Amino acid sequence: MAINHLEGKVFPLQRDNVDTDQIIPKQFLKRIERKGFGKFLFYHWRFEDDGKTLREDFQLDTPQYNDAEFLLGGKNFGCGSSREHAPWSLQDFGFKVVIAKSFADIFYNNCLKNGILPIRLPENTVDALFKNEKKAESYRIEVSLESQVLCDSEGLIASFEVDPYWKTMLMKGLDEIDLTMHYGEKIETYEKQNEVSVLGI
Amino acid sequence: MAGKNIIEKIWEKHIVHEEKGKPDLLYIDLHLVHEVTSPQAFEGLRLKGRKVRRPDLTYATMDHNVPTRERHIVRDQIAKLQMDTLKKNCGEFNVELSDIHHPDQGIVHVIGPELGLTQPGKTIVCGDSHTSTHGAFGALAFGIGTSEVEHVLATQTLWQSKPKTMQVEVSGELGFGVSAKDVILHIITAYGVGFGTGYVIEFTGDVIRNLTMEERMTVCNMSIEAGAKAGLISPDEVTFDYLEGREHLPKHKSYEELKAEWISLQSDHDAVYDDHITIKGEDIEPHVTWGTNPGMGAGISSSVPHPEDFQDPSDQEGTERALRYMGLEAGMPIEDIEVDYVFIGSCTNSRLSDLRAAAEVVKGHKVNTEVTALVVPGSFKVKQAAEAEGLHDIFKEAGFEWREAGCSMCLAMNDDIVPPGKRCASTSNRNFEGRQGNGSRTHLLSPAMAAAAAVTGKLTDVRRLKAATIS
Repeated sequence: MAINHLEGKVFPLQRDNVDTDQIIPKQFLKRIERKGFGKFLFYHWRFEDDGKTLREDFQLDTPQYNDAEFLLGGKNFGCGSSREHAPWSLQDFGFKVVIAKSFADIFYNNCLKNGILPIRLPENTVDALFKNEKKAESYRIEVSLESQVLCDSEGLIASFEVDPYWKTMLMKGLDEIDLTMHYGEKIETYEKQNEVSVLGI
Repeated sequence: MAGKNIIEKIWEKHIVHEEKGKPDLLYIDLHLVHEVTSPQAFEGLRLKGRKVRRPDLTYATMDHNVPTRERHIVRDQIAKLQMDTLKKNCGEFNVELSDIHHPDQGIVHVIGPELGLTQPGKTIVCGDSHTSTHGAFGALAFGIGTSEVEHVLATQTLWQSKPKTMQVEVSGELGFGVSAKDVILHIITAYGVGFGTGYVIEFTGDVIRNLTMEERMTVCNMSIEAGAKAGLISPDEVTFDYLEGREHLPKHKSYEELKAEWISLQSDHDAVYDDHITIKGEDIEPHVTWGTNPGMGAGISSSVPHPEDFQDPSDQEGTERALRYMGLEAGMPIEDIEVDYVFIGSCTNSRLSDLRAAAEVVKGHKVNTEVTALVVPGSFKVKQAAEAEGLHDIFKEAGFEWREAGCSMCLAMNDDIVPPGKRCASTSNRNFEGRQGNGSRTHLLSPAMAAAAAVTGKLTDVRRLKAATIS
């Protein structure tokens, strides 16, 4: 799915080192589908041990945030396990953009491959977004991928970096495997020239 | 012109296509597959009518949710479906599989090296972040997500931006009772869980050179816990001795020829890196974590920190939160922390030498009556080898449970779960909230330290136990 202009409500998660075990705990990794993970997102932070009662110290399910499309995070967001179930659960819940001070590499890639836009911003800018979110009545963020600019309903404007390759992939909604298939001949040539080791498997 | 490091050498050898403004298209030599992160990838191939391009470079096993006792009964029906799905997918796409009953079965990062699938100079990927383990052999090995698993299955390549390189030099020598696990935990505590982000690390220095292959795997395994894309070690005689005679080495070349190729991969003496860190081996003591990420650790002789010991307000908040979750008082001596469970296993520390190190400490002692302790060998072969030298008897006599191979209590996807509020001394790699079971509290440490904790019922300086044994 192609993405460019995005606008929506913001869920603030002011914690560093949010790992993918927290985003989607292991007991939900046994499913063989890509869909339906949203209800397990941040499971142990959202629910009490009974799996039903909402925890009071986590606001994701309140009317203010339950239809948020932007997630605002801290440093090293998405660290730990490579589970792609993490972006699947964010996406299934409704998130389209994750903004953070920094990202773990695998999670960042996994977002891109699923059409979620990960935006890395300087620490003071993210802190300003957190502050604005806290004070604004109905806070929203707007992003243009094409111009690589983000602005919020309080008037903050920030530009962000995105790899040109991924910018095109996201804006056109291309299938990466289809794209790579065009290089089939080059892959074959590489295999012939490098006598890719026969493992004897 | 400066020389090249091993990371650059391997990278350049694997470029299929390069173009300005794009990542490089990189060839993948070995793709390891397991039951949890592959079903959606195979399904993706099926939906588009695609094939696995190189089944002969693809190898699958079951490890994450396999039962470690009563092997033949998988009670969890959802887990069973996932295992059955892998079996079906491997059959349909012609991929070799070591299933739960196969003599080569084990944790994917234990069996790759064991079977000689892992070799210097290879690019190796797996839908698992601890793929960095294979870097111990001088391979460029990294974890990928399921979309990338599908991409590699279909094309045997990945689009990758060239990472920055970092040299982490561990100089000097290690003190008595200090292990490879202590080295990597010490580094992550000293520099944080994000210092490797965007980098591939090469570990160098005398301490690293003097490690065995199994110890090197422990170090590289946890590179990801520093945020690094991969961690590796230039191959040398230790590497070559380990690999000689392994099942899956290339047959069309003599071992001498292979060794000559592998030696040429070593980083040049004048190689340059984007960043450099030096750690003195002498500064490292047996290490344990007290918090909820692998960078929240300390030497065994120290105390649980106070939030105000940290400068950064977000670190203070993180510490406060971690102490609350872990049920610990700031300032208490780490050796006063009592444990309920001890887990010896995982892709970090479940190899024969790990079990030997633990058995050496356990021998002649009993597991503390308040502690539930289990040993989960990393593979069927490790289990057999350990049993051949009687390690299982030492563990069982002491009161440990002796299990079948799998990931087990490292991530508690099977029945091996630490109950809420209970505390586990664990040789695994992650102490995240709920990692070993909802509400569980994890302290990461080495196999010898885990064994010591099992005996005393507390986090314990293994050097004291060892010294007592020697005298």
